[in-house]
Amino acid sequence: MAVPEKGVKLLDFWMSPFGQRCRIALAEKEVEYEYKEEDLSKKSDLLLKSNPVHKKIPVLIHDGKSICESLIIVEYIDEVFPGKTNILPSDPYARSHARFWADFVDKKVYDCGSKLFKSKSEALEELNKEFICILKTLETELGEKKYFGDDAFGLVDIAFAPFTSWFYTFEALGLSVEKECPKLAAWGNRIMERESVAKSLHEPTKIYDLFCELRKKFVDA
Amino acid sequence: MDEEVKLLGSWLSPMSRRVEVGLKLKGVSFEFSDLDVFFSKPPELLQYNPVHKKIPVLIHHGKPIAESLIILEYIDETWADSGIRLLPKDPYERAMARFWAKFFDDKCSLPLWMSCWTEGDKQQQILAESKLNLTTMEGALKGKKFFGGDEIGIVDIIVFCSVYWAEIAQEVVGVNVINEEKHPVLCKWMKETVDSNVLKDYMPPREKLFCHFQTYKDAIAALMTARFGSN
Repeated sequence: MAVPEKGVKLLDFWMSPFGQRCRIALAEKEVEYEYKEEDLSKKSDLLLKSNPVHKKIPVLIHDGKSICESLIIVEYIDEVFPGKTNILPSDPYARSHARFWADFVDKKVYDCGSKLFKSKSEALEELNKEFICILKTLETELGEKKYFGDDAFGLVDIAFAPFTSWFYTFEALGLSVEKECPKLAAWGNRIMERESVAKSLHEPTKIYDLFCELRKKFVDA
Repeated sequence: MDEEVKLLGSWLSPMSRRVEVGLKLKGVSFEFSDLDVFFSKPPELLQYNPVHKKIPVLIHHGKPIAESLIILEYIDETWADSGIRLLPKDPYERAMARFWAKFFDDKCSLPLWMSCWTEGDKQQQILAESKLNLTTMEGALKGKKFFGGDEIGIVDIIVFCSVYWAEIAQEVVGVNVINEEKHPVLCKWMKETVDSNVLKDYMPPREKLFCHFQTYKDAIAALMTARFGSN
């Protein structure tokens, strides 16, 4: 019987916000790992074997065992690698509060945000309104805090951080996060001061370029 | 002493029932507030879950926790030394439990329910989706007695509640979603879970639920279509 390979491997795709969450968490915990970029048009045997249910990235492989779904991966990283910081607080109520808002980001931000990216101009105004509503809800939760985790950068910050590189593209679609949700925009700038975030996110202009390319291919055709 | 534990829920909701089961398995005494949520949103619900406006909501020492899976983890952590473990101790096994709980909620729970309340081509489509996803779910049992291993855990609780509800609904509407031929592994698990006597006593009486579905069949179908679409 083969001995499972020791170490940490992340199967990922450069622009995936879900993959970025895992990269930020691993960096926060200063975990050494092997990054493997997947070609999503031609998924590797390793990816198909490691995530047979969804066949999606990100997948964390730790000592041969695979963990899937970005927020589940982030919680696993927090539990297994002590590091200098905790991603989730120790108090059960605070933990449930963090999970609730991370789940909110999952349920609302990605769905509406990606609909915005794909929408034709007629649908834009309505989608913009819906998305602003979602962002304002998040901004109310953030309030005057430094991070969603209060003084500590945590699960909700990690869950939402990757979407900040989309803000520049949203502006091109008529949605200014800076104007509509200034506290959220300020938080977006603040988290970029953390090395874990700065090295895991991409230049907003790169996201915008990709968006223009995809839009030309699939929406404006 | 389990002071000030209140559950805003509905006897008609399997999501609410999950949390009741979790509390009972931990031996936590609580006040149950049975809300009528199907046609309106009571003020208490809007106060404690302004974001999603849904039950169940657990209120502990005046602080609300929403979303059934999040509530169950909270219960497991807060009353860690009481009753059974809802989630495994090992981090990898815990990640797997979370994975299957999420899979069930994202992919199985709604199609299973909706296959009872739709018709024609739409029903056939949902039945096919339900069958495929429940078969995937069976993979999580992989030679184990329960989803939780030798003992029931969070995944057993959530699947049992939904299947209990669906089996009664399917009897009322005359559709066959879960049977031995289609889902032998799941049916075997269901029998093990019923025989273990851990969960079945916490379910609403079969006749009561049957009677409710029978009486409000058309209204439920209309509500489900309105809420989840008919295209």
